[in-house]
Formats: sequence, structure tokens, C-alpha cells
Amino acid sequence: MSTDTTTPDATERTRALLTTAEPRRRRTDRIMTVLIWGAFVLAMVPLVSLLWTVLFNGAGRISIEFLTYSMRGIFGGDPSGGIYHAVAGTLIITGWATVISVPVGLLVAIYLVEYGRGPLARSVTFFVDVMTGIPSIVAGLFAVSLFTIFFGPGARFGLMGAVALSVLMIPVVVRSCEEMLKLVPNELREASYALGVPKWLTIVRVVLRTSVAGLTTGVLLAVARVIGETAPLLVAVGVTDSINVDAFDGRMMTLPVFIYRQYSQGLATCRDGQADCVADIALQNAWGAALTLIAIVMLLNVVGRLVNRWFAPKLR
Amino acid sequence: MTTTDSPPAVPAPAPTRPRRRRSTGDTERGFSRTFRWITTGAGALILATLAAVALFLVARAFPAVTASPAELADAVPRYPDDTSFVAYVGPLVFGTLLAAVLALLLAMPVAMGIALFISHYAPRRLAQVLGALVDLLAAIPSVVYGLWGIAVLAPAVAPVWAWLNQYLGWFPLFAGEASPTARTLATVAVVLAVMILPIITAVSREVFLQTPRLHEEAALALGATRWEMVRTAVLPFGRSGVISAAMLGLGRALGETMAVLMILSPGFLYSFKVFQAAQHQTIAAYIALDFPEASGLAVNALIATGLALFVITLAVNMAARAVVARRKDFSGAN
Repeated sequence: MSTDTTTPDATERTRALLTTAEPRRRRTDRIMTVLIWGAFVLAMVPLVSLLWTVLFNGAGRISIEFLTYSMRGIFGGDPSGGIYHAVAGTLIITGWATVISVPVGLLVAIYLVEYGRGPLARSVTFFVDVMTGIPSIVAGLFAVSLFTIFFGPGARFGLMGAVALSVLMIPVVVRSCEEMLKLVPNELREASYALGVPKWLTIVRVVLRTSVAGLTTGVLLAVARVIGETAPLLVAVGVTDSINVDAFDGRMMTLPVFIYRQYSQGLATCRDGQADCVADIALQNAWGAALTLIAIVMLLNVVGRLVNRWFAPKLR
Repeated sequence: MTTTDSPPAVPAPAPTRPRRRRSTGDTERGFSRTFRWITTGAGALILATLAAVALFLVARAFPAVTASPAELADAVPRYPDDTSFVAYVGPLVFGTLLAAVLALLLAMPVAMGIALFISHYAPRRLAQVLGALVDLLAAIPSVVYGLWGIAVLAPAVAPVWAWLNQYLGWFPLFAGEASPTARTLATVAVVLAVMILPIITAVSREVFLQTPRLHEEAALALGATRWEMVRTAVLPFGRSGVISAAMLGLGRALGETMAVLMILSPGFLYSFKVFQAAQHQTIAAYIALDFPEASGLAVNALIATGLALFVITLAVNMAARAVVARRKDFSGAN
């Protein structure tokens, strides 16, 4: 290295050489930057358009009556009635799915993180990933095939839907819980062993307690993922216009299925001068239910993220 | 054994060995062993569930696959006369694959752009928030996508499809008669593309973020522009991850039901005319449409088509997971 290169002049030259590319390369760089920003903006267009449409079309239909009445005995363009039965069904079925999925998913995650060695753990990891890709309608068909063996071909009740949703939910729960358990530092486990605490108690009292915020978030996000599932419930739970809160007997209505049914009803026929008849009431119901459903999903997402932010242990 | 009746003169077995726990005993006292078996059982339950899904579908599909065409034509609505079961499923499989592949082609460039945007272009502080915004797309229920597709998207894209059809009609995909309502496979593909954006983006941006910092800095030190750095350091590093992300997206698109069911005007043809109505149908939408009213052999036939979908998505997903050699993530537990 000669002394020349250290003079300010030479340094400037080198810097200029390094920072200014030839025009063609700079043009490519700029075009790609614009395209990459453009891709993001492009993805935001459907999101904004969708949320705006649902809000705009659904807000007008939301009322106390809409949220507290069922569709029992409502025909044609009758603008009364509501989605209470569908909200109740959605909450009950998703609740049962959560009751099934969370213990199983959490135990699998504990197995993978704390015990999993060898071929069984490898295949469980692999097939959990594969399971996340099962089409939702196939999960519904599985639930129908399973339950019709015991209850005959016409069986349709809430728990069937809960089982179908569990097939979709368990891998999501496993994935997120696994990530959370991995974040618990080994030092905590070793400190617990050093005090003579058995392994299972270490897991329950130290590992799970440390990661409880993350686990809650994971579960809430998993619930948010399955609460909007339509196809498995359409296949496994059927539809009804009445309130049914017994998950073990009879068909139930759920919000996503309600949206689909109302949408496929199309326009009602109203005679001239007929009072209490709105031609596109079914579509309005669908939008109102869609707004309710999105509000529930967003609430779960927001609460999930807040739980993690507020209650996460300060590890460092 | 230690009841009062037992003779007291029983010799103690093997008194020479000192009392000690078995070698694994130290961490496996009391409930620990049971707990380990419970968790292992839960792990095995995952494999059992997947096996059960396959088994039950095969068992219920079997009667339809073995039935004669005449029986099927009797029982199944819209079953074409004198065709084997394979010929009946064929157009459905074709429609499913065509819709998913088109969706993937539309989504891939945009998803790559978003992933790069979040990993390398967006301001550091905003990146996480913007990433969460993209993830919101995954939170929206598919039935709402269906409503939106019919109410907003279809009217918006109908003139675009008509224009493409008119001026680029020589291209096989754009041929045929453009439907004025746009309830066609092209519109479905756009909706599916939006729906699979989040998963492709999420997987690819994780891979892009793992690019070794030194590779990127080396590229920049050699005078590369930002795009050249991305092209020479980030993209080659993330190739297998991107392939896997694409296949995961494809798997999602294959199984999507409601958006297709609500938007597509169905038909049962081997047709590439994506702007024409009543040409295609996907397996998932077909099942959802007919299952509520089906009975007897028709149920078996529908489950058999579901089995075909299951096999396709399973193959795609397993390939995706196998392509990417799983990186050992950082873990506090190993």
C-alpha cells in the first residue's frame, strides 16, 4: 500500500468508486426498490379494501336485536331476526375444539422440547408440519367418517365440528407452544434440578410457568385461526335456524356457515307494497355476520399479542 | 406381601446387592416416568390421528371406487354416464391443480417482494409492524374472502379480463368467451393468491433474515448496490426456503374451499379458458356444494374425491417439508 492512497484526495476517489455504481446498475437498483415497495403496497390493497367493504356493508345491520335473536321462523325478506344462534354455536364449537386441542398440543410440544429424541420425535415434528397443510374440508370429512361409524349416517352435532377443528388446530398449537418452550433458558431447568426438583415438576412449575404468556398467545392465535373455518362445519355440523347450545345433540349454526347460507339465499321476492320486506336482507345479514366474525377474530389477535407483551417474563 | 399372614421366614432376595436406584432413576423418580409416557403418548397420538384420517377416508371411499359406473350414475348427482370413477374425478383434479398453480404464479412475485421488503428494505423499526399487517391477511376467514371476491373483486377485474381476452385471446389461457360477471377461475386464482400471500411471505422472510450478515456486508463492500447484494447473497442463500414456501402456499391453495365455492361458476371440463364461466370446479368446493344433500353412495363418492385431495396436498406438503433440510433453530432446551 503506497502512501498515496491515504491522502484525502485518494480516499475521496476510492469512496467515489465504491459508492457510485455505473448508471445501468443504479437504475436496476432503483427499479427493484420501487418494485419491492410496490409489492407491499399491492398486498395492502386487498386488505384495506376487504376491511373497508365489510365495515361499510356490515355496520348498518349491527344492532342489539341482530346480536340477540336467532333466525327461527324468519322467512323471505323479513328484516327481523339475528345471529345469536350462530355466535353461540361458533363459541361453543370453538370452545370444545380448544378443550380438545390445547392439552394434546401442549403435551406434544412438551414432548418435542423436553423429551423428544430419536426417530419418533423426528417423525412427530415432520408430521405436525404436514398436518398444518391438511385441507379443512378433509378434516370435516374425517370427522364425518369417524362419527358416522358410531352414530349412523345422519349424525350431525357440534362435537363433530369440534373434532374436525381440532385436527386443524392441534398442529398450530404444537408449533407455537414449541417455539415458546424453546425460549425458556436451560439455566432455569438446571437450577431446578440442582434443588432436587423432579423433571415433571420442573416442567410444570418452572418451564410452563415461565412461558405461560407465550403459550396463551399461541393458543389465542390458534383459536383465531380456526374460528373462521367454514367448510368442515358445513360438512360436519350442518345448519339450523334455531338456538342449540348442546354440542352433543343436534345441528348447530356457526357464524361462517351462517354467512355462506345467507349469501347463497340470494334476493328475496317482495310483493309490491309489502311491509317488512327487504329484498337483499340475506346479503345484509351475511355482511353483518361477517363484521361480527372479523371483530371476534381481530379481538383474539389483539388480546393474544397484548397478553404476550404485558405478561412475558423479563429474561434479560 | 407384607400382610400379617405371610410367613416371616421368607429370605430377603439378593441381599448382597446394595439398595440403589436404577441408572436412570435420578431424574425419573415418582411421577416423572408417568409424565414422560403421557407426553410421548401425545406425540404418538399425532401420528395416530394422521393415520386415522387416511384410514377412515380410505375405508369410506372404498365402496365408491369399487362400484360400477352404472351404480354411481344412479346414486351421484351430475355423474356422467358410462365413465369410470377416475374419469369422474379427473376434471376436478385438473380444476384444483389449475386454480392452485395460477394462484401460486400470481402470488409468488408479490410474496418475494414483500418478504424482501420486510427483511431488507423496510425501515428497521417499522418492519415488524408491517409484517404483522401482512399476517392479518391470514387472519381473515375464507368465507369473508368469498363475500369480498363476489362483491368487490369480481366487478373490478371483469373489464381487465375482458380486455385481456379481447387483445391477447390467442394465448390459450385467455381464449374463450370472457364472462361478464367474472365468476371464473381467473378471479378465483386472484383471491387464492391473496389468501396464500401471508404463508409464503412468512416462511421466505424468515429464511431471508437468516442470511449471514457477513455475506451481505461482503457484497456491499465489493461495491454492490442493494439489489445486487440481495441477488448475490440473499436469494441464493434462501433458495430452498423459498421453494418450500411456494409449495406450502400451493398446498393451501389446493385445499381452499369457501372462496372457490362462492365465486366460481362451476363446470366439469378439461379447459384452460380461465376467463370463461362454467368450465372448472375444484375438489374442495365440489364436496362442500354437494355434501350437505348427499346420501348413500354419493357420500362415498364425495369422500373418495376428498381422499384424492388429501393425497395431493399430503404429497405437496411432504415434499415442501423435505426440501428444506430443517435448520436446527436456536433453542434454550438443547
